[in-house]
Amino acid sequence: MFQNIGEILILFWRTLMALPQTLQHRRKVIDQLFEIGAASLLMACILSLFIGGVIALQSGPVLAERGLSSYIGGLVGLSMCKELAPVMMAVLIAGRIGSAMAAEIGSMRVYQEIDALRTMNIDPIRYLVLPRLVAISVSLPVLVVFSILVGWFGGAIVSMTNQQIAVPLQSYFSNLSEMVELDDVANGLIKSFVFAVVIGIVSCHQGLQTIGGPRGIGRSVTKAVVNSIVLILILDYFVTRFLLYFEK
Amino acid sequence: MNGSTAHQSGVAVQVRGLQKSFNGHLVLQGIDLDVAPGEIFVIMGPSGSGKSVLLKHIIGLETPDAGDIQINGQPIQAEGVMDQYRLAMVFQSGALLNSLTVGENVGLYLREHRLKPEKEIARIVGEKLELVGLKGLESRMPSDLSGGMKKRVAIARALAIEPQLILYDEPTSELDPLMAVTIAEEILNLKSRIHVTSIVVSHDRDLALGVADHIAMINQGKILAIGTPEEIKKISDPLIQKFLTVEFQKEKAL
Ligand SMILES: Nc1ncnc2c1ncn2[C@@H]1O[C@H](COP(=O)(O)OP(=O)(O)OP(=O)(O)O)[C@@H](O)[C@H]1O
Ligand SMILES: [Mg+2]
Repeated sequence: MFQNIGEILILFWRTLMALPQTLQHRRKVIDQLFEIGAASLLMACILSLFIGGVIALQSGPVLAERGLSSYIGGLVGLSMCKELAPVMMAVLIAGRIGSAMAAEIGSMRVYQEIDALRTMNIDPIRYLVLPRLVAISVSLPVLVVFSILVGWFGGAIVSMTNQQIAVPLQSYFSNLSEMVELDDVANGLIKSFVFAVVIGIVSCHQGLQTIGGPRGIGRSVTKAVVNSIVLILILDYFVTRFLLYFEK
Repeated sequence: MNGSTAHQSGVAVQVRGLQKSFNGHLVLQGIDLDVAPGEIFVIMGPSGSGKSVLLKHIIGLETPDAGDIQINGQPIQAEGVMDQYRLAMVFQSGALLNSLTVGENVGLYLREHRLKPEKEIARIVGEKLELVGLKGLESRMPSDLSGGMKKRVAIARALAIEPQLILYDEPTSELDPLMAVTIAEEILNLKSRIHVTSIVVSHDRDLALGVADHIAMINQGKILAIGTPEEIKKISDPLIQKFLTVEFQKEKAL
């Protein structure tokens, strides 16, 4: 996959150059936004509810044994917004939206639709890649905000109802608001923005690279998803390192 | 983009020593062609002889291994040359955008390049669709159309561009004889109306002999002969003669 990094960077650069034309293509951006929202919002919320719940379930009893159960709100709060929501949502979106992008652009490639665009002097980067990249970069952070909120709530429910933890809603959230700062949420959003760009560019690139018939499309979809997820997990470490410099 | 004036004249196309191979297999082995502005140039030849590949080179979708292609004397690979002209290609497969409706496909060029106001585009789209016998199908999706209907939408899409050079890859291969005649008439019409240069790849002898100013016969990536329909008919090359005259004979087949 890494021999493609150069091509991916070039595609990214050319998409950036086209960015000023986003307004002209706003219809397509809006269409893409709806598509992403419709495909992912409910799924994201359900997933996040359970992720928040399971962190509380795993760590709550351990904290309670040591008499630290009042910290459960902060623990769920921080792990959700700094790490779990951005990474899990990125993985979810890579699977749902990255795959769709690669499949759609890949089939346009295979069935000569992209050739047809080029004969009409319509730049596939502006027409196809730009709206998708803009839409995913806007919607993934928004999805992450939902995910964080729902995840906190999931943690709260478990903390409240689990016999071993038994932290009331109010003290859960008061600890959470004490420990989690706006910076921490911003941290997660910056991460998710980076991941969104990775998913968008990797998937569009893979779609444009598609060769062969339906098989080629299948191959592109798999590659787009796997490469996105690998890059997300690797970049997660480096972005975290980078963002640590800015923490007081 | 070169404004929206409708009555531009066609362009000249010149192909010199064009060579292309795919995976070591030489598909075009030195093609030379001259297409005069405003003429209808028909390319005929057996299946697999490289006709579609040749068209793709002329419109810049493939890069030649050797040789060059010029439009009005300017090499097409040079920066900005292709942007100066309005070109259109009718793909063998139609190549409609499957995520757009028929109407959006036909109006795509005008809309994306903001050449006309929305109302005007709708009018042109309706007019072009009517021309190919698909009046009122604007809101259908390409996946709901038959092969021949897709081809006709593709032709309407090319016509809506009001091009200076139009390349047809087997425009009539999926059409019934009546529709084929309509399309042939439209190819002629377009020539007299906007003086477009047309390059037509076709197996359809009646179409070729009926509309062509010049015909090129191509076989295995080489030009066998170029001439007016009369000249081509007189050439005694057995392949050309067979190609132009062969008839299906039931007795022979049985
Ligand atoms: N992208 C490609 N990669 C590899 N080989 C190709 C490619 N495009 C065309 N070819 C080969 O080039 C040759 C000529 O193909 P082309 O499509 O030009 O034929 P054609 O003359 O248009 O035939 P038909 O009348 O059947 O459409 C074929 O042998 C084909 O396999
Ligand atoms: Mg062909």
